[in-house]
Amino acid sequence: MIEIDALTKDYLDLTVVDHVSMRIDDGDIAVIVGTSGSGKTTLLRMINRLIEPTSGSVKIDGKDTRSVPAHLLRREIGYAIQGHGLFPHRTVGQNIATVPVLMGWEKPRIAARVEELLELFQLPADQFRDRLPSELSGGQQQRVGVARALAAEPKLLLMDEPFGALDPIIRAKAQADLVGIQKRFGTTIVLVTHDMEEAIHLGTRIAVMDQGKLLQYATPAEIVVKPATDFVGELLGSGDRAFRLLGLRRIGDFVEPGEASGAPVSAEQTLRDGLEEALWSGRAVLPVVDGAGKPVGRLTLATLQRLGARPQ
Amino acid sequence: MSTVAATGSPRIAVDKLGVLIALIAAVAALMPFAAFRANRIVVGISKGIFEALPLWEAVLVALALVAAILVALLRTPRLWRLFASLAMLAVLFVAIGHSASFLTPEGDRLARVSPGAGFWLAVFAFALLAADSFTRLKLAPWLRIVTLLLVAGAIALLLWSGAWNDLSILREYANRAEAFWREGQTHIALALGSLAAATVVGIPLGVVCHRVDGLRAVVLNVLNALQTIPSIALFGLLIAPLAWVAANVPGASAIGISGIGAAPAMVALFAYSLLPVVANTVVGLEGVPPAATDAARGMGMTNWQRLAKVEFPLAFPVILTGIRIVLVQNIGLATIAALIGGGGFGVFVFQGVGQTAMDLVLLGAVPTVALAFAAAVILDAIVEMVSTGARPA
Amino acid sequence: MKIGLIVRLVVLVLLVAFVVSPASFEWAFLPLTKNNQPAIYTQNTLLSLTLSHLTFVAIATVASTLVAVGLAIVVTRPFGAEFLPLSRSLANIGQTFPPVAVLALCVPILGFGAGPTLVALFLYGLLPIFENALTGLTTLPPSVNEAARGVGMTGRQRLLGVELPLATPVILAGIRLSVVISVATATIGSTVAASTLGEVIIAGLLSNNVAFVLQGGLVVGVMAVLIYDALSALERVLMARTGQRR
Ligand SMILES: Nc1ncnc2c1ncn2[C@@H]1O[C@H](COP(=O)(O)OP(=O)(O)OP(=O)(O)O)[C@@H](O)[C@H]1O
Ligand SMILES: [Mg+2]
Repeated sequence: MIEIDALTKDYLDLTVVDHVSMRIDDGDIAVIVGTSGSGKTTLLRMINRLIEPTSGSVKIDGKDTRSVPAHLLRREIGYAIQGHGLFPHRTVGQNIATVPVLMGWEKPRIAARVEELLELFQLPADQFRDRLPSELSGGQQQRVGVARALAAEPKLLLMDEPFGALDPIIRAKAQADLVGIQKRFGTTIVLVTHDMEEAIHLGTRIAVMDQGKLLQYATPAEIVVKPATDFVGELLGSGDRAFRLLGLRRIGDFVEPGEASGAPVSAEQTLRDGLEEALWSGRAVLPVVDGAGKPVGRLTLATLQRLGARPQ
Repeated sequence: MSTVAATGSPRIAVDKLGVLIALIAAVAALMPFAAFRANRIVVGISKGIFEALPLWEAVLVALALVAAILVALLRTPRLWRLFASLAMLAVLFVAIGHSASFLTPEGDRLARVSPGAGFWLAVFAFALLAADSFTRLKLAPWLRIVTLLLVAGAIALLLWSGAWNDLSILREYANRAEAFWREGQTHIALALGSLAAATVVGIPLGVVCHRVDGLRAVVLNVLNALQTIPSIALFGLLIAPLAWVAANVPGASAIGISGIGAAPAMVALFAYSLLPVVANTVVGLEGVPPAATDAARGMGMTNWQRLAKVEFPLAFPVILTGIRIVLVQNIGLATIAALIGGGGFGVFVFQGVGQTAMDLVLLGAVPTVALAFAAAVILDAIVEMVSTGARPA
Repeated sequence: MKIGLIVRLVVLVLLVAFVVSPASFEWAFLPLTKNNQPAIYTQNTLLSLTLSHLTFVAIATVASTLVAVGLAIVVTRPFGAEFLPLSRSLANIGQTFPPVAVLALCVPILGFGAGPTLVALFLYGLLPIFENALTGLTTLPPSVNEAARGVGMTGRQRLLGVELPLATPVILAGIRLSVVISVATATIGSTVAASTLGEVIIAGLLSNNVAFVLQGGLVVGVMAVLIYDALSALERVLMARTGQRR
């Protein structure tokens, strides 16, 4: 658990992060969004003390981050940045092994971990381990960057616009990878982005920042439904609120008993996908199947209509 | 980048560089200020500051030194530091002249007084301070040139006033005033002449290299190899072919070409100058944004017009940087011309080395360094002025 | 590439053969002499002069490299940052001092011979290495620096593990310039009685013997070009090995 308390950073007269307090529970993906210059990066970098706060405190599992030397603190926290920051003179394997080596792991353990991570990110070890970063594509470099951040099995991973430089398709893939990894290791993630879509898609909680202040810190559903200020609403855009709301829920949770004809939708898809399918195929009722393809019931347009409306 | 804010400075803040300068200056104060020799050859007698100057003057210099050290030591405004260092340098320069007059017995034309280690060290310390405050002030280019002129003027004034006339270096000068100016002219002619030739040949060569791909690597490699050959070797290597030309080409010796003398020196300096000029022309032209050349083509400019109106003006600052490198380099290299009878300030340097006469070495070295330094400051300033005009960012 | 390598090897072999046994090349220099002048310099053997020339260069370069890189490291650390602007302009000003002047000015302090030559080589060799080391250490990609801090490297680990390895090719380029300047300046060292190949050239200049001038000049020139060439090659290898591209 991370407790951020009245964290503040001043540069001369300028306050770039202004008394921000928030709590991030274990296993959360907390996404910090905001316009450029709102202080997201500064807030994130104060967590691993790449920037020393002017005032306020950060506690990880109840322990003040200032109670350990900064470099030791950072070894316990994964850190991935835009443009990956791989060391150009070290191979992919050596890059990933950086923190385990710093922490003095034994060789076989390091080698095994490197291999595990490379496989996890679909970079076959025998093919990629001994390449230099300059011999990888942008998407591959980015994956190695995240793998390096995860190498020492940190309980907390900080990411600053990790997907900023990727094209939409690779980006969607990288996001899916991240969610998978989070599920697998249970890592707590704090991620900075200026893309609200990404925030809603990835976050279990979203922190909206503007001019150094934390405007709202809530679940995606809450943010969509009840933006705390006009600014948060603006950042969301008013165009597809209903769709966003539907996009946050799983079809499986709203199945009614019964049958329907035509192509089925999966219980794992979001309501948004269900609505899209219903409208596109001109049906008012859709059959729902589970992961194994077994029918589990049906989804009606009426349900979708009810769930997409602004909650009272 | 890094971010740790300086919090709560102590009441009296000490400047790190100031500590270094204060240390050097303190050591300087303990070392001999001037050296006295009964004649040019004998070993000198060191004179501390209180022996080298009349009492009250020595006290004044010492007080000035303490004040200047304090300004350096504490965190003072930059302008203060600049003025303190310049003032201290002025004090030192005037004092060393006085010391020479004070130490030289009336009417003695043989005695020599030269600055001692303490003087040089003190000058070094406060030149450091001046350079530092100057760098941090980040003056506009034209202001830097003005400052250079002011300093040059001040030195000229000191020379003209006769305040330094009893210093050994000026004694040497007095003995060879005529040769000094003659060799000075030769020196400048060598440096500038070879530069002019290199510019006239090098820029077109650079343009051709830029346009003809195959040529670039060859020309640049050859010039690179040339640049690598030590100057004295190159001077020497040119003696044979030029001697042959002088002997076998009718009229060649009539226009002053011979194996020994200014001709090989000029040719060698020219050869050294080519690389920076050609390379920088190529780099400058390559740096022209493709969009600009495309636009020029689109507007229907001919090759020539494109070169003259678009590419060349955009590449000019880089080319000028090449010229700056060449000029500074040639002013230094021209000293070596003396070894093959080419003249220049090197004559005094090598004579001085031959006779173990430090003053004579200085008579050659000081103007060379001063010229090179002035050339560097002026051309740096011009390059900066031109580049801010030509390309934003 | 292949042809280039063969040419270099041939030149190197010729150079070594000439230095070891100059007498067997006498025929090539005889036509340049007049009035029964000797064609080959024999006061000191070419071999001993070459070796001592190279020794000067090697000692001075090692010393300059250690000091220059050390200084560059100091002024790029937080505690030395105050000296950075000054050191930059000093390096700039230092370039305007011609090597001959440095050499000559060392004589009164150190006397004739090896001393002033070594000091002049050392001082003059400092500048290019210092300048390049500064460039190398201050122009690392910001994201790499950030990552190095972010993974929890200490200042020392960053310096040794990231900054220096990445700056090495640039530093090496500075060493290359420095060596070339040193080879040249060592030649002039013989004017202050250091025993270097300049001795042959100067003997030739004094006795008007073109053969001497030519053999001294050739050895020094070819040596300089070969060293320059070898160091450039090493630099390209390092560049590739550290995953950097120019
Ligand atoms: N070292 C510094 N000195 C002074 N101001 C700074 C410094 N670092 C950041 N700032 C300012 O702090 C503000 C917040 O910067 P920060 O990098 O946290 O923004 P951000 O939200 O991450 O923006 P972006 O989306 O563009 O990355 C900006 O206005 C920036 O100019
Ligand atoms: Mg940011």
